[in-house]
Amino acid sequence: MLRYLGKRFLLILPTIFVPLILVFLLLRLSPGDPAGMMLGDQATPEQIAALRTQMGLDQPLLMQFLLWLKNIVTLNLGNSLFFREPVMQIIPRYAGVTILLTLVALTLAVAIGVTMGLISAMNRNKPIDRGVVATAVLGISPEFWFALLLIFIFSVTLRWFPVAGYNPPSAGVVAFAATIFLPALALGVRQSALMTRMMRSSMLDVLNEPYITTARAQGLPERTVIGRYAMRTAAMPVVTVVGLSAGYMLGGAVAIELIFALPGLGRLLVEAVGRRDYPLVEGGVLTIALVLAFLNLLIDVIYALVDPRIRYQ
Amino acid sequence: MTLAPAMAAPNAVGAQARPTVLEVEGLNLAFRNADRLLPIITDVSFSIRAGEAVALVGESGCGKSITAAAVMGLAPDNAVISGNITLNGQVISGLSPKERRKLCGRHMGFIFQEPMTALHPTLTIGRQMTDTLKHNLGLSQSDATNRAVELLDRVGIPRARDILRGYVHELSGGMRQRVMIALAISCGPSLIIADEPTTALDVTIQAQVLDLLDDMRRELNLAMLFITHDLEVVGDFCDKAVVMYAGDVVERGSSADVVDHPQHPYARGLIDAVPAHDDNRTRLTPILGTVPPVGAWPEGCRFAPRCTRATEICQTRPALEQKGATTIRCWHPLERSS
Repeated sequence: MLRYLGKRFLLILPTIFVPLILVFLLLRLSPGDPAGMMLGDQATPEQIAALRTQMGLDQPLLMQFLLWLKNIVTLNLGNSLFFREPVMQIIPRYAGVTILLTLVALTLAVAIGVTMGLISAMNRNKPIDRGVVATAVLGISPEFWFALLLIFIFSVTLRWFPVAGYNPPSAGVVAFAATIFLPALALGVRQSALMTRMMRSSMLDVLNEPYITTARAQGLPERTVIGRYAMRTAAMPVVTVVGLSAGYMLGGAVAIELIFALPGLGRLLVEAVGRRDYPLVEGGVLTIALVLAFLNLLIDVIYALVDPRIRYQ
Repeated sequence: MTLAPAMAAPNAVGAQARPTVLEVEGLNLAFRNADRLLPIITDVSFSIRAGEAVALVGESGCGKSITAAAVMGLAPDNAVISGNITLNGQVISGLSPKERRKLCGRHMGFIFQEPMTALHPTLTIGRQMTDTLKHNLGLSQSDATNRAVELLDRVGIPRARDILRGYVHELSGGMRQRVMIALAISCGPSLIIADEPTTALDVTIQAQVLDLLDDMRRELNLAMLFITHDLEVVGDFCDKAVVMYAGDVVERGSSADVVDHPQHPYARGLIDAVPAHDDNRTRLTPILGTVPPVGAWPEGCRFAPRCTRATEICQTRPALEQKGATTIRCWHPLERSS
């Protein structure tokens, strides 16, 4: 088990570094000069050149990369060019919202997906199954469309939820839930459709397995056969999907945070990219990569716990 | 090693006085497909007494396994079943699925062909056994565990307590089948249905598992339905044999009569297609052709298209009749050969 975890841990390093390197290159190769943008239209070429020297932007790309690598490894992410304060202080203020949004969205997606998938599989080819499968096709629609639809129905028409804004959990569970529910639902619905289809087909496969017939032949009631014997193995592909979904959601959170005006990492990143705020963009991407890597490590651990065969490979 | 009273064998009961455990009479099963009925087995009848092993023999696709599933009450949802199934004097064919399920484990045990896939991959052996024991016999966790250890000991598994904590993928094929047998007999059933229990095993292990099943049958006075295509197994381990072809019983009798002196051309063909120990033949005689698919059965005798003895009359369906030592469904039975 420890060896397995060690291996998994090593495998997450590329997950963290590949996106960072891509971001480093993209930012530096894209047009627009951060020094010029920061100083505004009135700045003289001398002032801009001075700032470029100060920021190391006049160095060759390779030197910039090595310097950047050193800073990342030592977790010295530098100061935001816009906020003029350390990136390490800005990120935590915004990351919490995004992580909470993703976790709530994941929870909703799993709850909806597993329930619908199960109902569907248990009633295979009956009208309710066809209904669920047809609804799950809606999962191809993008998050922002759901977001607007949900706002129109539940905020504008029914007035059950605020249109936008954010209350942190410290403001009370109800206040927090009121502002996080719709964004999380908008973000989760698409993934829940994926999980519904996954759960359905996985359950249908498992129900054909001989060990399910054995459980029945041993006289175990259908409740135990489905709930314990079938779910145990049918849930595994869904666990894998949860890892993938977390990635999509962290990306999708950008649009959702913009639509619902949530002070999260996604919105911060979009703004930072617009301002060519290199250190902040890199810090934000690093955080997202870390969260994603951690979630995937967690999935691997869950996997090893539910499937003993994994531990022996 | 003592096993619970429910499993103790009543000793010294003469063969004739042995009670009939399972009686299948005129069993028909068809699959409902849209508004059409597709017959799978027709008019299958046989019975098994306590302590008796009956073989259900035939090629793949002739309806052996579905017959077993119908007896267990585990046929697919779209199966339409008629005929009578009587278990220990109780007609069970009319019971609701829920009531049928209650008979499973407690009164009937099932052993599968491939224990690797028939045991749960991610639940411990112990969990699978105690789940069954707790549910069927109402045992506590510790009683169920002790009972599971006894059962594993009984089927010849060393270090039973360690095995209980392990998973099916950690065991060898023979061990897996022993676990499967322990599970099947765990709640003291009177009937065991074994669906090709040795087909997936190494030849050397096959004999051990067959011997174990035979011991269990004698010791626990089990009625055993043995689904197999291995005629040697039929001759060595079974008292009676029922030969099936395309959903029909074509020959039924004592296994000695059926194996040594088959009267139905299909039974004869099955035997000629298998090499024997003292075989001097340089070539085996296969049965030409294949079993017709379900839904494409001939009107009359279903074996006629592959039968060398078929004549005009075989276009009419023969009845299942006692002829000589065995009961057969054939217009042109073979003479009793040497």
